[in-house]
Amino acid sequence: MENTLRVPTMAELFAAGKQPEVLFWVGCAGSFDDRAKKITKAFVKILNKANVSFAVLGTEESCSGDPAKRSGNEFLFQMQAVTNIEVMNAYEVKKVVTACPHCFNTLKNEYPGLGGNYEVVHHTQFLKQLLSEGRITMEGGQYKGKRITFHDPCYLGRANGVYEAPRELIQKLDAELVEMKSCKTRGLCCGAGGAQMFKEPEKGDKDINIERTEQALETKPEIIAAGCPFCNTMMTDGVKNKEKEASVAVMDIAELIATAEDL
Amino acid sequence: MNYLPQILFAIILIAGIGFFAKNVLRLRRNINLGKDVDVSDNKPQRWKNMAKIALGQTKMVVRPIAGFLHIIVYIGFVIINIEVLEIIIDGLFGTHRIGLKVLNTSIYGFLIGSFEVLAVLVLVAVIVFWIRRNIIKIKRFLSKEMTGWPKNDGNIILYFEVVLMCLFLVMNATDVQFQELESGNVISQYLAPLFSGLSKSTLPLIERSAWWLHIIGILIFLNYLYYSKHLHILLAFPNTFYGKLIPQGQFKNNDAVTQEVKLMMDPNADPFAAPAEDAPDPEKFGASDVTDLSWVQLLNSYTCTECGRCTSECPANQTGKKLSPRKIMMDTRDRLEEVGKNIEANKGTFVDDGKQLLGDYISHEELWACTSCNACVQACPVSIDPLSIIMDMRQYLVMEQSAAPSDLNNMMGNIENNGAPWPFNQMDRLNWAEES
Repeated sequence: MENTLRVPTMAELFAAGKQPEVLFWVGCAGSFDDRAKKITKAFVKILNKANVSFAVLGTEESCSGDPAKRSGNEFLFQMQAVTNIEVMNAYEVKKVVTACPHCFNTLKNEYPGLGGNYEVVHHTQFLKQLLSEGRITMEGGQYKGKRITFHDPCYLGRANGVYEAPRELIQKLDAELVEMKSCKTRGLCCGAGGAQMFKEPEKGDKDINIERTEQALETKPEIIAAGCPFCNTMMTDGVKNKEKEASVAVMDIAELIATAEDL
Repeated sequence: MNYLPQILFAIILIAGIGFFAKNVLRLRRNINLGKDVDVSDNKPQRWKNMAKIALGQTKMVVRPIAGFLHIIVYIGFVIINIEVLEIIIDGLFGTHRIGLKVLNTSIYGFLIGSFEVLAVLVLVAVIVFWIRRNIIKIKRFLSKEMTGWPKNDGNIILYFEVVLMCLFLVMNATDVQFQELESGNVISQYLAPLFSGLSKSTLPLIERSAWWLHIIGILIFLNYLYYSKHLHILLAFPNTFYGKLIPQGQFKNNDAVTQEVKLMMDPNADPFAAPAEDAPDPEKFGASDVTDLSWVQLLNSYTCTECGRCTSECPANQTGKKLSPRKIMMDTRDRLEEVGKNIEANKGTFVDDGKQLLGDYISHEELWACTSCNACVQACPVSIDPLSIIMDMRQYLVMEQSAAPSDLNNMMGNIENNGAPWPFNQMDRLNWAEES
């Protein structure tokens, strides 16, 4: 299959007098982290396949400010937010989709108070919508009957009440969705939130991602599905720590769908 | 007629309620030490939350055993207290079981009968609670912050309930007139034989003693509330009313910072402009003491009944870190009490005691262990938000003291310099699209 991705930028479309249906907010992890870039590409492949009119900000995108705000640096957060809002408002952005629940939460909830009003959806919500509109079709194929457990990202689940979209997509793959003992509203954090991703953990008995990985492995999954690049990193590290990487894969929902579709 | 018991009763009642009222005023004053915050929005949703979460106990039953037992005690508490109404009227007017005069016997019997059944259920529930705390030793009741007073406090409340329920049943069992009615003595009829050997003069003595001790016990319990973790029986209602309505993931934007940022982004702003003569001092960013928190956060601290559901759901706590959201709330309340006492001792003004919430109560290590995952907020059965306090204190640490862990300083430096938490060039942001 041809691997060339069609990734138009807002600047290109704007110059051509066009307005995309949706802005794909890639986020820092999705742009720079080697693992997360694969998620980004998987999602773009699906968008390309479904002929979704989208664009990215590319070099005009900057950190949403989430880790700064959660670290306590409100000033840096607001500088980031206001800068991003100026760019998005200039392009008259109406709808944003992102594969990062942290960007999703920040753009959806914390940007409106600073002048950025957009309809913001997580990529699992967007994919579910594409599916229900018949713009993509999903055949389980290689995931049929596989045990998949879904790790709820805090900033998607508890923070914004999105529990069903990712689960419905997994079920559409004909996979066997198995739940961990802590899931949905009581889902256990992977340990990366609140800017923990960027620092060493405080002293304790165990790292949080190990605890969460143990919960995931208890379900005897073949795949741990995630919906957040940071959760993905934490769970991947956890699986490696448990020396299970040969039998258990950590994959984003977008990757599951793209792979199922041979994209 | 001898009015002495009535006068005595009135004095005890007024003293009990008066002392409680004094503590309510103290509570009000302390909560009002918090910053003002606008919670006047969306009243219908707020009433709904209060009805569902406080009155309806919806979040209690997330843990079915504790939730079910709690509902028994809660219903028992509310309904049995109807009996207090009768006791007060009897006490003030020298009547005996005034309810029998205004209701017909079967209705009265039905009421007292249900109180008796509830009293037994409450007794059972309370005993199970005691066993959970002291014999099974459920983990969340054994954390570091639950030693000493908080541990005793939890047990004292249970003993209170046991004594009050027993007094209520004994009072009914030894009331010959009531037993002869054969209506409503569903439980106490089985206790009555225990007292059958006693003389006709001793029985009323026991009945009167139980009656007096019951009402005095209730008044003592009422006044114990302020000094214990048990204020939630009252404050759960306002606390769920004023609880957070926006998505849990939405943290408030600091308006003072917004002003600064707007000024920086405004090309017409004069960068050399001096602040106006009468401009107030710039606002302190974040919180280092209780007076920097909002009054809702302070109300949260008084509402906390130290059940520890927050702490048991906290990922940091589960993996052995020092952070315990319950301790954050307990520390906030302890410090607020300290500030309140300071104000009382100094004729209405706070005199600097060289202490603050940050450092003296809550350590940096606790604050930095938080993943902001909202598990504590979700777990709280009465809409307390420990996370908001943690975030306000982090804001103080970073914006007033530049005291972030060095890794976080690097991360923030990267965002400032190149718009990402890692040191990658912003111009490379779209490179992924070209990589295969």
